Amino acid sequence: MHEQFDLAKLIFGRLSWEAIPYHEPILIATFIGVLLGGVVLLGVLTKLKLWGYLWNEWFTSIDHKKIGIMYMVLGLIMFLRGFADALMMRAQQAFSFGDSHGFLPPHHYDQVFTAHGVIMIFFVAMPFVTGLMNYVVPLQIGARDVAFPFLNNFSFWMTTAGAILVMASLFVGEFARTGWLAYPPLSGILASPDVGVDYYIWSLQVAGVGTLLSGVNLVVTIIKMRAPGMDLMKMPVFTWTALCTNILIVMAFPILTVTLAMLGLDRLFDTHFFTNELGGNAMMYVNLIWIWGHPEVYILVLPAFGIYSEVVATFCNKRLFGYSSMVYATVVIMVLSYLVWLHHFFTMGSGASVNSFFGITTMIISIPTGAKIFNWLFTMYKGRIRYELPMMWTVSFMITFIIGGMTGVMLAVPSADFVLHNSLFLIAHFHNVIIGGVLFGLFAGVNYWWPKMFGFKLDRKWGVYSFWLWSIGFWVAFTPPYILGFMGVTRRMSHFDDPSMQWLFRISLVGTLMIAAGIACLLMQIAVSIINRKKLADVTGDPWNARTLEWSTSSPPPDYNFAFTPLVHDNDAWADMKKHGYQRPLNDFVAIHMPKNTWAGPVIPGIAFLMAFGIIWHMWLLVGVTFFGMIAVAIYHTFDYKRDFYIPADEVTRTEEDRTRLLEAHV
Amino acid sequence: MIPKTLRRGVFLSPLFALLAGCNTVVMNPSGDIAKQEAHLITVSVILMLLIIVPVMILIVWFARKYRASNTEADYEPDWDHSTKLELVIWGAPLLIIIVLGLVTWISTHKLDPYRPLDRIAEGRPIPASSKPLVVQAVAMDWKWLFIYPEQGIATVNELVVPVDVPVRFKISATSVMNAFYVPELAGMIYAMPGMETALNAVQNRPVQSEGFSANYSGAGYSDMRFSYRGVAQADFDGWVQSIKSGGGNLDRANYLTLEKPSIKEPVHRYAAVDNDLFYRVLNRCVADGVMCQDKMMNDDAKKAREMAMRSMPQQAAATRLAQANGAVCTTPNDPVKKK
Repeated sequence: MHEQFDLAKLIFGRLSWEAIPYHEPILIATFIGVLLGGVVLLGVLTKLKLWGYLWNEWFTSIDHKKIGIMYMVLGLIMFLRGFADALMMRAQQAFSFGDSHGFLPPHHYDQVFTAHGVIMIFFVAMPFVTGLMNYVVPLQIGARDVAFPFLNNFSFWMTTAGAILVMASLFVGEFARTGWLAYPPLSGILASPDVGVDYYIWSLQVAGVGTLLSGVNLVVTIIKMRAPGMDLMKMPVFTWTALCTNILIVMAFPILTVTLAMLGLDRLFDTHFFTNELGGNAMMYVNLIWIWGHPEVYILVLPAFGIYSEVVATFCNKRLFGYSSMVYATVVIMVLSYLVWLHHFFTMGSGASVNSFFGITTMIISIPTGAKIFNWLFTMYKGRIRYELPMMWTVSFMITFIIGGMTGVMLAVPSADFVLHNSLFLIAHFHNVIIGGVLFGLFAGVNYWWPKMFGFKLDRKWGVYSFWLWSIGFWVAFTPPYILGFMGVTRRMSHFDDPSMQWLFRISLVGTLMIAAGIACLLMQIAVSIINRKKLADVTGDPWNARTLEWSTSSPPPDYNFAFTPLVHDNDAWADMKKHGYQRPLNDFVAIHMPKNTWAGPVIPGIAFLMAFGIIWHMWLLVGVTFFGMIAVAIYHTFDYKRDFYIPADEVTRTEEDRTRLLEAHV
Repeated sequence: MIPKTLRRGVFLSPLFALLAGCNTVVMNPSGDIAKQEAHLITVSVILMLLIIVPVMILIVWFARKYRASNTEADYEPDWDHSTKLELVIWGAPLLIIIVLGLVTWISTHKLDPYRPLDRIAEGRPIPASSKPLVVQAVAMDWKWLFIYPEQGIATVNELVVPVDVPVRFKISATSVMNAFYVPELAGMIYAMPGMETALNAVQNRPVQSEGFSANYSGAGYSDMRFSYRGVAQADFDGWVQSIKSGGGNLDRANYLTLEKPSIKEPVHRYAAVDNDLFYRVLNRCVADGVMCQDKMMNDDAKKAREMAMRSMPQQAAATRLAQANGAVCTTPNDPVKKK
């Protein structure tokens, strides 16, 4: 078949002015808002001459601490987007009854719930978790950076490139209308010929590279770079959970990459992996995506478990109860998380024995998880509990998460799942564990490590407001869906006929508004803390009387983290050092070998972004140019041999003497 | 296996009383299978509450008692291990999961949707004279087609079943994945193009309700609902007769028109339907001149085997080929061989 050579098509593919959603007033208003905000932001940055600072000190930085913070900034921005989607869904469902069809037509509503799921998992929870691990793990194990510092920066920008692609789909084209896992045949080219699914595939492919590489990076860091004396069973629990999580990432994300690649091939090159015809089978996709998808749940929640473990021990002023059973529980969960994927589709028609097997393995996971809850509980027992914000989040988590665990086991019984699957009960369940488990953990972690990151504590008053609004708002928002599940209401509905259940959706909307207020208080908390940073300052480096190594250095830590690599004798290394009258070394500092910033970290993902955009819009010229461009830049970068430098001994001495003075001034 | 009082779910009754204002059909269905599934929810909740309630109490108790301001309370900063406690915290959940695992294994086999029913309701075996009613359900964009092959009729967006007669659903779909779900009757099962799933269920009392797709399938998904009625056998026969006399024929041409995506499709009734329509839907060969999938797969398998045999000695190859062809080939109308 000969098509006429068409230059415009080669350059622009299927991109045209029609890709801009003029007809969606909500999107146009958002677009104008983003545009104005963006112009103002760029103007301010230029006016204050911050570009050089940002580029040199942050964007190209290979310091794991700065990368960790950038990850969390990305997570926070995307969280606001994902939550805006949640608000729109709740508002739509609260009003779209009978004759009223709400304010979102299915075409838009279906994009909103897909984007909500994708964003919250891939671009909120993942960056937050990765960011915290990035920041905390090297400090906890007494290292100066991660094993592959350039790769770390590169991973961050790949994740960001994926996030920008998702955001771009708002204004150029559209996002997938398939649900967050894009099951074929619905996500196939016949049912979804538009660019939405391509945005989905390629944003996740680009971000997935980042996630996978950061997983490799942290695994190697934890295995190879621990301080002398810290054998595996002396690692802090957060580091343990980070290790297990990153092993899960390394083993699970390639599956996602391959699955989405096959879906992409089906769409672009007429292959038939998951089509209905010519031997394709969509059930294969459903299996594969969940073989990645279930471990993903534990990728998110394990680090949260680690955070709770650190917080509980610190704020109960007590050693963690059952350290080794905590570690074994984590490892058991890691292994079992690969043996349960089928519980996401009991209703696909597997035989009874297969269903029972996966149902029972799912229940077995609740045993180590339960053991963890008991361990935190008995850490509180005979402790001296200080109710600072991190500890409040932890107690709220324990109560909330147990209910989520219970409803999870209910869903694990295949025959019960037949009536609850895909219902709002299921929605309530996984928000119960992801909000109650992961998000509360992240809040605990951010409140806990904030003083370490920035040198001042977060404001308590606004934090408490946020805490109560979230803790109560969550139940107001998600008890109704539990009930609606029993009324046989399924997920992803944009319109209802039965007016008798409208009041439940409205209560749920009220809960969501409470959560919105909680988020506002969180932002307020950050703002107020920054304004009052002098008053809230932490000069000791150990504001909570904590137990692990990151608290032995200053807040924020110097670039090199530790002037001397610490020696570890016990599994609460810092508590142990304090107990034995540890003296800070004051002289004999030596030069410290450090990695150098690199421009390639942001540049290569920038090109990857363009290439993904080209594939989405079939702009094959752009794809070709960027593909070879990316390879060329990568090769060019390998010839950059000046990747390290030494911090001279007298600079280290100066930094440490500054700290000595600071400590003495506040005795 | 589980005490009678527990089975009735007395502990949960206050919770459900709270919801009296809502039609919690999932917990109060009128079909025997759905009823057993609801019952299973109650059993699992009670089993888990055995451990969850004490833990909840302990959390609140410890959280209060050991607050820093309560200097009266014991404080043991270095106490971090107790073998006995460890045994309890691993053992107690393990015991509960063993019981729940047993319940799961048994119930999953008993309530397997592929398994023919062995009772109409608790204590009511299936009468020897009763023969299951077969209904073929097809999820389309965005409506439901029901074919009653024994009656020779078909309906769109209307499902009627006789009370106390086992019904055997064969389920497929035209383009994307859906799930066939009638909360009053039984749990859901996916409807997938090119695949046949099955569901065995029975309706125990007359009811006027709804069924729907429980798996998101695109723009018309919210309205992909059908009216569901359980009626007495005599009324069912009357309903069949009325359709038979109503006219309309669902042949392949009409089907292809019907297949085009539509939202909020009104009820259609067809007095006649092509005999092999469901087979053709399942094997994706309703349109003229399209090879049916099962034939294609069979041919492909044959070709692949023949190619493999070429490298073998003549006689051995012939024997193996004959064996293999004998073992694989089936006729298209064989029932699904699951249970």
